[in-house]
Amino acid sequence: MKRIISLTVNNRAGVMNRITGLFMKRQYNIESITVGHAETPDISRMTFVVNVECETKLEQVIKQLHKQIDVLKVQDITDQKIVARELALIKVMTQTPQTRGELFSLIEPFRATVVDVSTSSLTIEVTGNPDKIDALIELLRPFGIKELSRTGVTALTRGTQKLETETKPFSIIN
Amino acid sequence: MAANLKVENKTETAKKKMTGAEILIESLKRENVEVIFGYPGGAALPIYDALYGKSIKHILTRHEQGAIHAAEGYARVSGKPGVVLATSGPGATNLVTGIADAMLDSLPLVILTGQVGTNVIGTDAFQETDVISITMPITKHNYQVRDVKDMPRIVKEAFHIASTGRPGPVLIDIPKDIATSEAVFEYPETVHLPGYQPTIVPNQMQIKKVVAAIKKAKKPVILCGAGVIFAKAHEELRKFSEVTNIPVVSTLHGLGAMPYNHEQYVGMAGMHGIYAANMALYECDLLINIGSRFDDRLTGNLKHFAPKATVVHIDIDPAEIGKNVETHIPVVGDAKEALKALLNEIEQSFSFPEWNAHLKEYQKEYPLWYKQEGDELKPQKVIEIVHELTKGEAIVTTDVGQHQMWAAQYYGFKEPNLLVTSGGLGTMGFGVPAAIGAHMANPGRPCISIVGDAGFQMTNQELSIIKQYNLPIKIIIINNFSLGMVRQWQQLFYEERYSESLVPVQPDFVKLADAFGIEGVRIESPAEAEKVLKKVIESDGPVLVDCRVTADENVYPMIAPGSGSHEMIGVKPL
Repeated sequence: MKRIISLTVNNRAGVMNRITGLFMKRQYNIESITVGHAETPDISRMTFVVNVECETKLEQVIKQLHKQIDVLKVQDITDQKIVARELALIKVMTQTPQTRGELFSLIEPFRATVVDVSTSSLTIEVTGNPDKIDALIELLRPFGIKELSRTGVTALTRGTQKLETETKPFSIIN
Repeated sequence: MAANLKVENKTETAKKKMTGAEILIESLKRENVEVIFGYPGGAALPIYDALYGKSIKHILTRHEQGAIHAAEGYARVSGKPGVVLATSGPGATNLVTGIADAMLDSLPLVILTGQVGTNVIGTDAFQETDVISITMPITKHNYQVRDVKDMPRIVKEAFHIASTGRPGPVLIDIPKDIATSEAVFEYPETVHLPGYQPTIVPNQMQIKKVVAAIKKAKKPVILCGAGVIFAKAHEELRKFSEVTNIPVVSTLHGLGAMPYNHEQYVGMAGMHGIYAANMALYECDLLINIGSRFDDRLTGNLKHFAPKATVVHIDIDPAEIGKNVETHIPVVGDAKEALKALLNEIEQSFSFPEWNAHLKEYQKEYPLWYKQEGDELKPQKVIEIVHELTKGEAIVTTDVGQHQMWAAQYYGFKEPNLLVTSGGLGTMGFGVPAAIGAHMANPGRPCISIVGDAGFQMTNQELSIIKQYNLPIKIIIINNFSLGMVRQWQQLFYEERYSESLVPVQPDFVKLADAFGIEGVRIESPAEAEKVLKKVIESDGPVLVDCRVTADENVYPMIAPGSGSHEMIGVKPL
């Protein structure tokens, strides 16, 4: 099952290495990672999408992350009300002017924009939840996707709902 | 006016600039470090210079691995962080085995490594190694000092992290230029680590649940792990088991928390534990694990581990709870605090006469056994004699393998902090250097290093230290001319194909001891053992004893790999 895990960490050298090393050591599969500054300067927010086979494994992921001294907060936000967004840049072949027009109308409902144009290609930027991006990519595939780059999911919980901050102190069975 | 001037002067001196290396040494003093185990080298020269003539004792081991195992022995016996100092590159990489060992056995260490200057880091400079990346997965935390001003804070945090919560090794990497650049020394009084807040006092609700579970139980058992010893909770444990009448089973690292001859003590469980202890785990309906991480060498096949039990797991590290064994009542906290809370919560005394009698029956029916054949010297006999001579009160260090298991089985430990062994990582060559640190931590105790002939050859250069400081350590080599445990597994599970496990050629250990200036003796029969070992134990100086034991003796009983704890083999004389 895919879970979205949000971390706040000390913004220090090697922290990324610590976290990915931990995933490697414990054999957890990472689907995507995004990292960037959080609201305070010395803190970064990381958003992981991990693929875990069961609850026990998920519990372990969270507990092991929590054990890292540079990790300040760990949350599995998958089941909370969240805003999850991903950005993709998609370079599509445009052999004829018709394709161009077709592409423009096709991407419009996705609120995607064209950010670069050349004689033989267009680069489209799209932001949204991963499903939406998947859908657009599938639509564009017949035109010939030359290059594709996705950022991975970044996410925040909505509004001011009560945060389930700490790891559950107890085992899942209880 | 004059008074004011004086105060100003005082602050002036207090704010004198010091080099990074001096700050480091001063910080170590503030942490009450008595001894450093280490080995100098290029990048560590400024630190060694700052150490020159200072009150902190430095033990120059003959290999960095010796230094870190000695520090582990020191940490294990004293409960205080062991401090190691090595240079960059090979100095640091030679520490890796010991760091991993300390990580798995939760030993508090502060490891200081020299590093090439910050201006050349990343250029593959002479003796440069990315020690931070190398040790990231095998340390509780690690630091590279990038600004000399951070030095005191980092040292303070390192000692705090190493010695609190679940103890572990913390490494500080110190680039050469940081050690020589200057700053004002101010040692912080507190640490500020928002990401590190171990839970010490357990949740009272959970404690109540444990007591309720005891009330319901018919066959409860306590599993005592190293956490009890680290928390200095052995007295509380004994009291708890006496009040509740619950029998206690120990892990390898829990040995000594309960005196071996205590009425409520069943014995060590695990791969080479005694039958009664493993059956107690198998048959129990309530398992109270205090400070053990349910290692696979303890549990055997998890499918058959405590299958009927409600599992209580008391651990200071929440990540251990539910990791290997499903837990019904998790209790996060320090073992001492948890046991105190349990003792407070219990209003009645309990009694489980049938269950205790049942386990006593197992103990009687399936005791440890070995067959004395002719005049052969049995390894078990050697340990038994050592136990008798030291009354179960000596510090015993071991390597890993057969001799380690025999030491655990036959050396009845009367008190905690006596067994110093490499449990998690299973490091050969651990015993002799660990004995050096262990002895220094508690010089009043006799210190016996029981090692195998193979493991001994991995770190025997440290005999130099034993000689240099005239440490009265007795080294007992259980010599079977083989890598005994490997040989045993090949015999039992690889159709007696002894691939690279027999070592027919070895040095004359008595002469080797002599070369180091240490007395060496050889014993080959039980009668000789009785006579010679008595003299050895009573002697004031270090002695090496080469015990020529039955070469193909196996460790029994045993849970074969893949089997459950109820499926032990060799429970009765074969």
